[in-house]
Amino acid sequence: MKDSNTILDEFQDKEYEFGFATNIEMDIIPKGLDEDTVRYISEKKEEPQWLLEWRLKGYNSFLKHPEPHWQNFELPKVDFQNISYYAAPKSKKKYNSLDEVDPELLATFEKLGIPLTEQKMLAGVAVDAVFDSVSIATTYKKTLNDLGIIFCSISEAVREHPELVQKYLGSVVPHSDNIYAALNSAVFSDGSFVYIPKGVRCPMELSTYFRINAENTGQFERTLIIADEGSYVSYLEGCTAPRRDENQLHAAVVELIALENAEIKYSTVQNWFPGDKDGKGGIYNFVTKRGICKGAHSKISWTQVETGSAITWKYPSVILQGDYSSGEFYSVAVTRNKQIADTGTKMHHIGKHTKSRIISKGISAGQGNNSYRGLVQVGAKADFARNFTQCDSLLIGDQCGAHTFPYIESRNNTATLEHEATTSKIGEDQIFYLNQRGIDTEKAVALIVNGYAKEVLNQLPMEFAVEAQKLLSISLEGSVG
Amino acid sequence: MIKTKNMLLNIQDLKAQIEDKEILKGINLQVNPGEIHAIMGPNGSGKSSLASVLAGREQYTVTGGEVTFDGKNLLDLSPEDRAREGVFLAFQYPIEIPGVSNINFLRTALNEIRAYKGEPALDAKEFLRLTKEKQKLVEFDAKLVNRSLNEGFSGGEKKRNEIFQLAMLEPKLSILDETDSGLDIDALRIVANGVNKLRSDKNAFILITHYQRLLDYIVPDFVHVLYEGRIVKSGTKELALELEEKGYDWLKETVNSEAV
Repeated sequence: MKDSNTILDEFQDKEYEFGFATNIEMDIIPKGLDEDTVRYISEKKEEPQWLLEWRLKGYNSFLKHPEPHWQNFELPKVDFQNISYYAAPKSKKKYNSLDEVDPELLATFEKLGIPLTEQKMLAGVAVDAVFDSVSIATTYKKTLNDLGIIFCSISEAVREHPELVQKYLGSVVPHSDNIYAALNSAVFSDGSFVYIPKGVRCPMELSTYFRINAENTGQFERTLIIADEGSYVSYLEGCTAPRRDENQLHAAVVELIALENAEIKYSTVQNWFPGDKDGKGGIYNFVTKRGICKGAHSKISWTQVETGSAITWKYPSVILQGDYSSGEFYSVAVTRNKQIADTGTKMHHIGKHTKSRIISKGISAGQGNNSYRGLVQVGAKADFARNFTQCDSLLIGDQCGAHTFPYIESRNNTATLEHEATTSKIGEDQIFYLNQRGIDTEKAVALIVNGYAKEVLNQLPMEFAVEAQKLLSISLEGSVG
Repeated sequence: MIKTKNMLLNIQDLKAQIEDKEILKGINLQVNPGEIHAIMGPNGSGKSSLASVLAGREQYTVTGGEVTFDGKNLLDLSPEDRAREGVFLAFQYPIEIPGVSNINFLRTALNEIRAYKGEPALDAKEFLRLTKEKQKLVEFDAKLVNRSLNEGFSGGEKKRNEIFQLAMLEPKLSILDETDSGLDIDALRIVANGVNKLRSDKNAFILITHYQRLLDYIVPDFVHVLYEGRIVKSGTKELALELEEKGYDWLKETVNSEAV
C-alpha cells in the first residue's frame, strides 16, 4: 500500500490536463495601458462615440481606484502595463458555417470537449464560442431569432441593438464599481449579450465557452443578460485555459437584469489553469458578477462550480429591488495545492418580501485556502425579507484552510435571517468503509465529494452537472492517501 | 503450513500491532467454505482488531504470520482488492456518508467488484431487479435504499444495511463485527434470518460477538475464544453455552496459570 505522501506527491506532479496552446496567427497590440489603448480598442471594434466615452470614464475610474486590501490572501502585484489589452485571430472573416473555421481552432475546441461540431447530437445547447477576444461561431441563431431572442457577441449587440446596450451596460456594475470592473469597462474586448423578449421562455440552455489563449493577454469579457417581463433564460458559462508560465489576469464583468416576473439562471463551471504545485503560473480570476431583480416577483439564481485558477476572487450578487423578488447563490469551490478562493455572494434586500438563499460548499485539499465571504443586507424598507445561508467546508488533509466571513446588516426588524455553518473532514473511516466495499480511494473521494456538493450540483442543468461531477473528481484525484 | 485444497481462509500465527502496542499475538484459524465460526471473548481481547487486520485497515501493522485467502496472500492486497476478492466486513459502527445515496454507492461497489473479476457492469434494469430481490430477502426497508448512506439511520437500520450490502455483494467470506450489539430482539431475528438465507456451501461467516444470544439464531459450526490476542479455546456451539453460564473468568484463570 502506498502511503498518503507518495500519492499526494504523484498527484501534485500531475500536469494540467488542458494545457496546450493553439498555434494561430494573432493580431496583438503592444503591451501597456493608457488612454490611447482604450481609443485603439474602440476604434478597432468600430464602436460608436458613446461607448468610447463610457470606456474612457471607466479608464479614469481605474486610475483613481486603489487596489483592494480586505481580501483574505496576499494580492500578487499585477503589472497592468505588462499586459496586452487586445488580441484577435488575424483572419477577420465572418463564418457562415463551421467548415470555414480554422481547423486548428476547431481541434482545440474538440480537445476541450466543446460540442461545436456535435451540435446536432447535443441539440438543446446553443454555443457562442469566445476564442480569446472575438466571437468565432454562433450556432442556433435561427431558432432563437424566431422567438425574438437575441444571443450574440456584445460587439455585435453594440452594432445591431445599440439602444439596449446603451440602456443597460453598466447599470448593474457601474464603471466605477471597483478597480477590476473599471479596468474591464475601459478595455473589455468581447463577451456575450442576451436579450429575452417579454413572455418568452428560452427553449434551450444558452452556453458560452471562454478560453484564454494568447500569451500575456488579459481577458476582459463583458456579459450582459436582460430578461424582459415574464421571460426565462438559463445561461451556462464554462471555462478551461491552456497552460502558461506567467500569470494571466482575468477580470470579467457579468451583469444580469431581470424585469417583472422574469427569471435568470446563470451557471458557471470554471476550470482555468490553477498553477503548478508551487502555485506558479495560474490564472487570477477577479470577476465582478452582479444581477438585479428589477421587477416584482423576479428571480436570479447563480450556480458556480469553481475548481480552477490560482486565485478565484468573486462574489456573484443579487440586488433584490422588486417586491417579492428572490436571489439564490449555489457554490462549490475547490482549492488544492496552493490555490486560493475567496468567494461568496452579496444579497441586497431592498424590496418588500424579498427572499434569498445561499448554499456555499468549500472544499480544501493540499495547501489550498478557501474563504467564504458573504453579505446579507436588509434595507429599511425591505419588510419581511428572508435569508437562509448555509456555508459548509470540507477539509482533505491537514495543511489546507477554510475560512468563513459572513456579514449581516439588517435595518428592518421584520427580517428573518438564518445562518448555518459546518466544517467537516473526509475521514479515514469513510475512505476505509468504501475501500472495504471494493471502491478504491480515488473513487471513494470522488463519491464523498460529489455527495457533499450534491445540493449545488443538482442546481446545474443536466449536461453541465455531469461535466461538473467529473471535474470535481479529476481535480481532487489523489488528494487523500 | 496446512495445505487444504479448498480452504477459504488460513490464518497462521498472525501478529499485529497498533501504535507499537501488540494486539494480536499469534492467531491461528482455518475456515472452510460452508462453515460458520463464532469468535467470542472479553472486551479488549482483540476480536475487532482481528476483523480490521483481515480487512486491511491501515492503522494496524502486521508484524508476523501469514494469511491465505482463497489461495492468495491476503496481506499483500489493498483493502479494496481484499473486498473484490470476496472479503466482506460488516462494521461494528457503520459509517455515514452524507449526500451519497445507498443505491449509488452499492452500484459503484458492485460494478467495481465485477470489473475486478472481468465481468461487465450490470445495467440499470438488472441492478434494480437485484436490489429488489435482495432487499426483500433480508427484509430491508425499501425507503432506506434511496436514502443517503447510513445518514440519520438508527443503530438498528445501520446494522441491517450492512446485511443488505452483504446480500448485494455476495462475498465469499463475511466477517460480522458485533453486528448483534445494539439490536432489539426483532432486529436481531431479521439480521439472523438474513444470514441464514445467505449462507451456502460456497461461502463462510465469521461472527464476532459478546453474547451467545446471536448463536441461538445463527448456529455456528465452531466457537473460538479470543483472549489477550490469542485463541485460547476452540469448540462447538456448546462452548458458547458454557461461556454464557460461567463467564470468561474461569478461562482467564486457566490461561494465566498456564502462562506462569
